[in-house]
Amino acid sequence: MEAPASAAAPYLFLKSQTRWRTIEILFWLCTLLPLLLPGYLGLASQIAITALFALSIDLVLGYAGIVTLGHAAFFGLGAYGAGLFSLHVWGEPLTGLAVGAAIAAVAGYLSSLVVVRFRHLAIIMITMGFGLLVHEAANKAHWLTGGTDGLQGFRTRPILGLFEFDFIGYTAYTYALVVLFLLFLMVRRIIHSPFGLSLRGIRENWTRMPAIGAPSLSHLRKVYTLSAAIAGLAGALLAQTTETVSLQVLSFERSADTVVMLVLGGTGRLYGGLIGAIIFMVARDQFSGINPQLWYFWIGLLLVAVVMLLPNGVLGGLVQLAQRFRGKQP
Amino acid sequence: MLPPVFNVLFDGFARGMLLFVLSVGLSVTLGMMNFINLAHCAFAMLGGFVAITLVNTLGWPFLAALPMAFLAAALAAVVLERTLYRRLYRATELDQVLFTIGLVFMSVATAAYLFGTVQQHIEMPSFLRGSFHVLGLDLGAYRIFLIGAGLLVAVALVAMLEHTRFGARVRAAVDNQRMAAGLGINVEAAFAITFALGSGLAGLGGALAIEIVGGLDFWFAFGYLVWVLIVVSVGGLGSIGGSFVAAILLGMSESFGTYYVPEFGAFFIYLVMVAILMWRPAGLFGRR
Repeated sequence: MEAPASAAAPYLFLKSQTRWRTIEILFWLCTLLPLLLPGYLGLASQIAITALFALSIDLVLGYAGIVTLGHAAFFGLGAYGAGLFSLHVWGEPLTGLAVGAAIAAVAGYLSSLVVVRFRHLAIIMITMGFGLLVHEAANKAHWLTGGTDGLQGFRTRPILGLFEFDFIGYTAYTYALVVLFLLFLMVRRIIHSPFGLSLRGIRENWTRMPAIGAPSLSHLRKVYTLSAAIAGLAGALLAQTTETVSLQVLSFERSADTVVMLVLGGTGRLYGGLIGAIIFMVARDQFSGINPQLWYFWIGLLLVAVVMLLPNGVLGGLVQLAQRFRGKQP
Repeated sequence: MLPPVFNVLFDGFARGMLLFVLSVGLSVTLGMMNFINLAHCAFAMLGGFVAITLVNTLGWPFLAALPMAFLAAALAAVVLERTLYRRLYRATELDQVLFTIGLVFMSVATAAYLFGTVQQHIEMPSFLRGSFHVLGLDLGAYRIFLIGAGLLVAVALVAMLEHTRFGARVRAAVDNQRMAAGLGINVEAAFAITFALGSGLAGLGGALAIEIVGGLDFWFAFGYLVWVLIVVSVGGLGSIGGSFVAAILLGMSESFGTYYVPEFGAFFIYLVMVAILMWRPAGLFGRR
């Protein structure tokens, strides 16, 4: 790209980034494929929900540089929020989504007041500590959450009163996919805004950004809250489509697994979480049937290999390969 | 006659000593290289399984198996450090976290493959079984042994770090890595040895832990990670005294929690950890 010459150049730069590329449109067309393969609809909606969760982590981890190992707290709060809402108020799904997202957003905002002030090991420990706290609280609050038995016995009403949840999972997948796509559009818009650009600046050097007029801490608080809301939405989706909430939604493993997916796909790339979730979940579906322990071995090896050989994830590796193919300098 | 609260104190202290042996190595290596090694407990698990194999299968005495647990973990650490870890010293914390989590996954899967998913117990010599009755207290022989071992490790570590040339190099590297390198200290070599020592201590801790945690299983590398990280982050990176105090605090709160407010479980401990880190992000005794 030419060096920016006029005052409009940054605007043009951001504008050029938002153009839709063919491969993106192809990707989203491919997400319609499971509708033709009804046997995989259950897995596909799990993937869509996990991809949404990974997208929320990408927002804080990939773009803002907050390494979190406790994001499942927000996912789980959203799931329990939506589940309890259907159990005690009504089973209308869209309001349930809003409730789940709102609860997670409030929790996200409150914890962001603390979280964004830390770096390095402390931030990992603080996010992990919050995650463990919420998990333990839900475990002990048996009267509210059902504890280890999980939350059951609620029904999700038809979406907009029109689309009944069917046994095969057409409605569930379509619902999850539509929500994922809409939120993806929103995140895409945010990432390509000046706010998104300043987030990347904060990731690179958070002490210097305030000097050029981007308040690091308040930006980080905003993006953390937003990300928590999206994670809560993903949790609410899971609760509504499966009509159960287990304690597992809050587990440390969920946070860690999803970070792994994100890194596998490539952090700080819009499609990183999506691609990572697809690869990870499909591979787990295929391998864990054979031997669940062996699956852990391979995923561990994969992680070590990705960190050693593909520092930018699968997507980063592909981009590098494509650039070499075209004869450009990476 | 002493009230039963002293029994709880004693148990908490023994647990704290175990946590100290398990986590002190991570504290020093983290303080030195800023390397976030989440696989620390995998070395502990290795030591534990080496001890179990030696004692239960090959019939070694328990006390002879302990040094072997140390050596096995230290050897594994040296090999991994020289081949893999050293490439990631300058990597981002995320890369370090992921790389070491990958190692944990692999170790967990290997342990489950080799030893099955059942908890493994270790045969104790007769003098470590049973308990002593002193002033109305019921003191487990093994817990007394554990406290002795923990204190011995602490004294040996402090003596080594404060009174040897090698210790002086390590302290210099923890304080300011670049400055130490500038003065001609081979920081990488010092780190490699420290890393091996710390992981060896973890291996020793793993072997000592079997009796306390009610049997070792493949999930140890993950399950105990949280406790070790709490000790390290609350105590402050690179601080032996900090780890000591934090480990005792944690052991005591766990012991008091299980005796007096079992309905809270670990909730209280996580709360205290978050509160301490909010108050002092670098830990109680950390300087950074």
